[in-house]
Formats: sequence, C-alpha cells, structure tokens
Amino acid sequence: MNLLGKLNWNAIPFDQPIIMGASGGMVLVIVSILSWVTLKGYVPYLWREWITSVDHKRIGIMYIILALIMLLRGFADAIMMRAQQAVAAGGAQGYLPPEHFDQIFSAHGTIMIFFMAMPFVIGMMNFVVPLQLGVRDMAFPTLNSVALGLTASGILLTNISLTVGEFAKTGWVAYPPLSELQFSPGVGVDYYLWALQISGVGTLMTGINFVATILKTRAPGMSYMRMPVFCWTSLAANLLVVAAFPVLTATLAMLLLDRYLGFHFFTIDGQGNAMMYVNLFWVWGHPEVYILVLPAFGIFSEVVSTFSGKPLFGYRSMVAATMAICVLSFIVWLHHFFTMGASANVNGFFGVMTMIIAVPTGVKVFNWLFTMYGGRIRFTVPILWSIGFMVTFVIGGMTGVLMAVPPADFQLHNSLFLIAHFHNVIIGGTVFGLMAGYNYWFPKAFGFKLDERWGRASFWCWLIGFYLAFMPLYALGLMGMTRRMQHYDVASWQPWLVVAAVGVVVILAGIVCQVIQLVVSIRDREQLKVTADPWNGRTLEWATASPPPAWNFAMLPQVTDIDAFWKRKQRERTQQAQPPKEHKFEPIEMPKNSATGFVTAFFSVITGFALIWHIWWMAGAGAIGIFLTMLAFAFRHEEEIKIPVDQIARFEQANQAEIAV
Amino acid sequence: MRYGLLVVVLIGVATLGGCSDGVLDPKGPIAAADRQILLNALGIMLAIVIPVILATLGVAFWFRASNERARYRPNFAYSGRLEMLVWSIPAMTVFLVGGVAWVGSHDLSPRKPIASTVKPLRVQVASLDWKWLFIYPDQGVASVNRLTIPVGTPVSLELTSSGVMNSFFVPQLGSQIYTMAGMITRLHLQADHPGTYRGFSAQFSGEGFSDMHFDADAVTNEKFAQWLDSVRIAGPELDAKTYADLAKPSASVTPFTYRSVAPGLFASILVSEMQSDDAMCRRYPTSMRAEK
Repeated sequence: MNLLGKLNWNAIPFDQPIIMGASGGMVLVIVSILSWVTLKGYVPYLWREWITSVDHKRIGIMYIILALIMLLRGFADAIMMRAQQAVAAGGAQGYLPPEHFDQIFSAHGTIMIFFMAMPFVIGMMNFVVPLQLGVRDMAFPTLNSVALGLTASGILLTNISLTVGEFAKTGWVAYPPLSELQFSPGVGVDYYLWALQISGVGTLMTGINFVATILKTRAPGMSYMRMPVFCWTSLAANLLVVAAFPVLTATLAMLLLDRYLGFHFFTIDGQGNAMMYVNLFWVWGHPEVYILVLPAFGIFSEVVSTFSGKPLFGYRSMVAATMAICVLSFIVWLHHFFTMGASANVNGFFGVMTMIIAVPTGVKVFNWLFTMYGGRIRFTVPILWSIGFMVTFVIGGMTGVLMAVPPADFQLHNSLFLIAHFHNVIIGGTVFGLMAGYNYWFPKAFGFKLDERWGRASFWCWLIGFYLAFMPLYALGLMGMTRRMQHYDVASWQPWLVVAAVGVVVILAGIVCQVIQLVVSIRDREQLKVTADPWNGRTLEWATASPPPAWNFAMLPQVTDIDAFWKRKQRERTQQAQPPKEHKFEPIEMPKNSATGFVTAFFSVITGFALIWHIWWMAGAGAIGIFLTMLAFAFRHEEEIKIPVDQIARFEQANQAEIAV
Repeated sequence: MRYGLLVVVLIGVATLGGCSDGVLDPKGPIAAADRQILLNALGIMLAIVIPVILATLGVAFWFRASNERARYRPNFAYSGRLEMLVWSIPAMTVFLVGGVAWVGSHDLSPRKPIASTVKPLRVQVASLDWKWLFIYPDQGVASVNRLTIPVGTPVSLELTSSGVMNSFFVPQLGSQIYTMAGMITRLHLQADHPGTYRGFSAQFSGEGFSDMHFDADAVTNEKFAQWLDSVRIAGPELDAKTYADLAKPSASVTPFTYRSVAPGLFASILVSEMQSDDAMCRRYPTSMRAEK
C-alpha cells in the first residue's frame, strides 16, 4: 500500500516555467510575510487579536482581506486569458496550451465567484449587520469564526492546486460527463469539488448565523420595518444561502460519489443522467447570483440615501422588492440551459419568470433615482461607484432579459455575449457595490478615511476599463464567438479581443490605484482621522466610535424609527440645551476568544488534501481531528468574559473627548 | 459614465452596422426569426433603459450639493403616485417582452418542423471528441466536419453525443442545441442562400474544443445531387469498426465522407453509451485525454 496515495514528485510541474514562476513567487511572498511577522514578534498579537477572535468586526475584516487577495489571483487569471485570446488568432496557438488555458478559465470562475465575491460580501455583512442592528455580536460568534476558517481552507486548497497537481479543466460549472472520472481522470476536478465542499459548509454556517442574528437579535425597538435596507437585503441573501447551498453540497456530493465510489448519478453509462447535475447546479446557481447582488443593492441603498442627505425613497417598496427577488430566484434556473431541448412550454415559463424578476429589480433602480431626486448629493467616492453602478447595471439587466427570451438565447447561449452579460451584472453590480461599501465603511472599521483622489482615479479606471473590456465581448458574441476558446480561426475577431485586452489593462490600473489609495491613506492616517460619524450617516453603525470597541455599544440603542441614528441626531439638535446625561454603565458579557475556527480549518485542509490525493489514513486522521475539536468546543467551561465597567467608562470618556475635539 | 455611454453607443452602432458572419446576418428562416425576436425585445427595452440612464445622470448632476438652484427636499421619501409608476413601468415592459418570449418560444421551438412544401432532408448528428459526424440516413452516406445541405429545403436534425456534452451551432442558420449522450435532441434549420457558414460546438468539451468547428455548405439542389453522387463512389464505409476508429479522440480533423453507412449505426451510438461498457473505459487511458 502506498502511504502517499496518488501523490508523488510528478505532481509538481517543474517543466512549466509559468506555473513554477507563479507558485515560486507566491511561496516567496508567503514565507517573507510569515518570517517578518515572526521576527517582529507579532505572532502572539495576531493569534490573540485576530486568528482566535470571534469579534464579528475582526472576522469581517479578515474575510475582506482574503477576498482582496483572491481578487488579485483571479484577476491575474483574467489578464492571462485576455492576453491569450488577443494573440491566438488564425493559425497562432498563443502562449498557453489548451490544458493550461482550460485550468485558467476554470480557476478564474471558481475563484472569482466562491473566493472573491462570496467572502467579500460575507465580510461586508459581518462587519456591518450587527452594528446596524445595534447589537454586540452575531448570534453564534464561534460558528462565525469556524465559517471563516472553512472558507480559508477552500481557498488554500484551490491555491495549492496551482503547484501540486492541477486544477479542474472543465470550466467553473464542472458539468458531467466531462467532469466524470472517465473524461477527467486527474486530480483537478477533485481539487475543485473538495475546495467547494469545505468552503460551502462554511458558507452555510454563515447563512444560518446571519438569519438567526437578524431574526432574533436586534436592538430594543427595532422592528422588522425599522431595519436598515442593508439588513433586509442581507436577510434575503442569507435565506437564499440556507436554502440553496445544501443543494450545491448534495449535487457535488453525488459527483464525488461517482468519482470515488463508482456511483452512476451523472455518468453516461449505468443509467446516469448528466442533465440532472446541470439542473441541480443551477437550482443553486441562480439564487447564488442574488446572494451576491442583493447585499450590493443594500449597500447602494445606504450610500445613495446618506450622500443625498435623504431617507431612502419607497422603503417599503424596497423591502417588498427584495423579498420578491428572494422567492422568485428559485424558479428561474432553467434559463441557464434553454438549449437543452425542453418543450416550448417549459422554456416559455422559465423565460417569463426570469423577466418577472426584472420587475422588482427595476423598482429598485427607480427608487434609487427618486432618492437622489430632491437631495443634496455630495460626490464622494462611494456615490461615484453607486452612479456608475446604476448606469452599468441597467445595461447588464437589459442584456439579461434579452437572453431570457428563449429564441434569442438559442443564438446567444454560451457566446461571449453571455460572458459580457454576467460580467456586466457581477462587476457592475456586486463589485461596484463592494467597492462603494469598502470606501463607505472603511473609516468606521479603522478610524480614518480612504484618500479621495486615488479613490476617484481608481473608480474612473475601473469604469472605463470595464466598458473597454466587456462591450467588445457583446459584439463578439453577436459575431458568433463562443466562450472558452484557446484559439480561433476567424481573423475579424482579433481587433475586438485586442480592445478587450486593453480594457483589462485599464482595470489593472484601477486596481493599482486602489492599492496606492490604501497605502497613501495608511501613511496619512493622522490627517484622514475621523470621528464616529464622518459621512453624516443615518444608521446605527455611525452612532458608535470609529473603530468601534469590541462591545460595539456601551448602552444598547433604543430604536424608534427607520434611520434611527438620523432621528436621534435631529432630536438632539432640537433639545441641545440639556446637559449630557450621566451614563450608568453595566458590565458587558462578550464571547471569549476561541481557537476552534483555526484548528478546524487546519484539519479541514489536511482532510481535503488527503481525499484529493487518496491518502486515506491522513483523511481519517483529519476527520478525527475535526471531530475532537468540535467535542472540545462542546465541553468548554467558560464561554464568556466580562468587560468591567471602568474599562467601558474609560473608553467612552476618551471617545467623547475625541468627538469634542 | 458619459464616456461609458459613448462607448456603448459607438460599439452598438459599429456592431449592428459592420457585423458579418454572426447572428445578425441570417441566411435562413430560423436565424432570421431569431434575430427579429432579439431586435424586438431589445427595442422594447431600450425605450425604457435609455431614459433611465439619462435620468440617472441628469438627476445626479442637477441635485449636486453645489447647485444652489436645486430644491432640497430632505423628507421626500414616499409618493403613492410615483410608487405606482415605479412598479408599473417595469411591469409593463416585462409584460411586452414576456409576450415576445412566450410566443417566440412556441414559434421557434427547436423541435417544431419548418412549414414547407419541400420534403425535409433528414440528418443525424453525433458529436465525437472533437469532431462532428453527420449521417444522411435516407441517402445512406455520412460526412465528418462538413454538413452539406440543399438550399431551400428544411433540414430535420436528430442529435446525440458519443460522450461529453456539446452544442451544435451554426449561427447564420439559426438556433443551437445541446448534444447529449444517450439522448436525442431535435432541431429544424433551413438555408435560403447558398454559401459556406461557420458551424461549431458552443459547449466546452475538453482539450480539442477550440478546433471543433465545421463548415455548413448550403448548395443548390443540383449541386447537392452531384455531391451525393461523388460521395457514393469514394471514401470508406461507416460501420461499427470504422466508427470505433473515428470515435477515438482527435482534433482538427480534415473533412471527409463515408460512401455508405451501416443501418442502425446512429441508434447504436445512442445505445452504446447507455450501457456500462468496459471497452470504453479502457479506451480512454490510452487516448489523448490521459496524456499530460
């Protein structure tokens, strides 16, 4: 018996300079960061304050750091693909052979959806939702930390595949029969499956955690119809997570059974049916689109309202539209494969349902428009992203509805038109929203604003780059270019692809501006320092210090209306003569740090890696490790620490003094 | 944003004007109808999308904080009439486009035969790794990577796959459809003008995918008859054995023809993939797929 399963030295592609260069660089960066941290003696601090922290704000920030790193990785893939397609015309093969190119587009999709957009959205919700609800933590703080750990494990496994073995060559959807053992005998699909299974469990935990938090823990007086819209969209997104992710887990589990134990769920022999996978995948996949975009809609609602100096127009419409999207998103999945050959009634039904989802989405756009109407709009970086979004997103929405018409889809399915469409909604919707949120809430998280000039430069590069990169793809789709081509023989496509490549370079400039923005802002943090409420905000997160203390609020806020903080400011302005009340603080119980998340993640990586390479003893050891960690957590003695009154009073005093300055 | 809009308009014009060989340059009734529906739906939506974009930019610009003339209405957050408008504009748009979708989905259902006085030509299509096999069951011939059809005659296609999923697509003739192992999909197309149109797989199917394209040759009836005659006197026969050779993974296969086809071959492609076949599994490790 082989102790290392399928693993041997041949798994590492020493003969591939591109791969070895990239992974060598990555290893070098990781090693230098780790040694710098160790030499400077930061390890105990990191362990105490971050890695074992169960504070929702810290966890949120760690999610976002992961997402930003993965944005760079996924974007590097995008540059390689655009460069390949810009040169591989006519007889040319470009610089990437098919087996490498196929891994790159699969990794790009997987990373951008699961390991960039998802952690970014979850991180944003983690940081903001409890603050907006006026509470001190999530419903299950340690579960939150475990979820982060599992997401990080999935990310780590995906990145290990760059060096050890290979990644899937099937596209990010991994349709069988192509992803079955018969056609993909390598470990690539196994990396894909186990990375998604592990991080998927984490995402489901997050979903449960948020649903419980939003439904059960809100500040006194905050009824459902007084919740900020971002909390509503987060609730809808997490209800979708809870309902949809188990479908993905089950579907991928069936494919795993096919690949590991010779089952026949989706094989072409033994009565398997691959189209069942395609159906189930999109039963998860379409809600996933709304899991990504609904929180972004929430961010835009907060940003547009704050910077227009007005309440959100049509709050109740917004809530109704959000919940309508939440329900409808489950009955449109078939529009991802109208070309399967279903009957006219089936295609017609799913086409019409898809368009009906556009109604609540359209309502939202109009409501943002009317929120700006009659406002006093301050053109800060977050509102630029929001207006950029509104213009871009209606184009993406329109092309989406266009492809919901089955005969139009018969012509556009799988073409670059489709690629342009979903980048149009995911970049124009989710990414622009996350960038708006990043600029909007950064001062709350760190106590200083991000530099405006570099922020603006970054926005314009992203926006112009986006149009340059993706409008040509619409044209190419209409010219009949299909997706995932390593090379092509139609010379007239090349100019368009060159323009698209230029667009990607402009987006790269936008990303560089963002990095500079961060560096410059950290350098100038003293000048950019802010108090609790830098934007003249409306919701409760602006009522506490920037950055907030671990306990968020010394006294839980009393909520009497929508825009609770705005109303309180108005009230205080009218009765300003009164002397500030002496607060009587009480000790606050906060959840205790826990290493459970980190240790679970450690064993998950071991288990996942072992399963990918068929190292059965190690997989068993890892699974036992996870079980024992859970057991140890279940039998813990203390789960909370008390924050003493004088610590709270000291913080509040310092904070008040700061506000007075 | 204004630059963005400009780019959109410019590219839109350039695309609609200068697009050849694509879905906007149809050469048959199905493709023409697909395009008409696409343009109808686009027109309906542009009527609402363009005003929304302009209104967004206009409102954002007019209500900028530095504009003294804009009236600040800090409490304007609800208006029943506007809410009515806000819900009904998208609803009405979707009502129209939804109608287009429902009717179009029935009129252009891929399995619906084309109404014509001419007797349709039957073609059986199998996607193999990574080439296309076209069997003409009534003529008893077959062709690889070239689909020759007579102009003005409806073509009735039955499609399946030898293994992984592909999508059969000739944009200028009309709709695409998946080919799936063990299943048959149906598609009806017709060419109205002679010419050679680009056909390909529109569903990623592995390493040789980029070269999995074919020519769809639409020729006059006389030329089609001549082609049939020339095919019948040359080339190999297609039977179980030659099919097994053909089915081995290969890419960039130069088009060639089979002078005859063993009866029931298409049905056997369909059935063989449904049964557990050890020979199949053994075939792959020695093939291109397993090579690194």
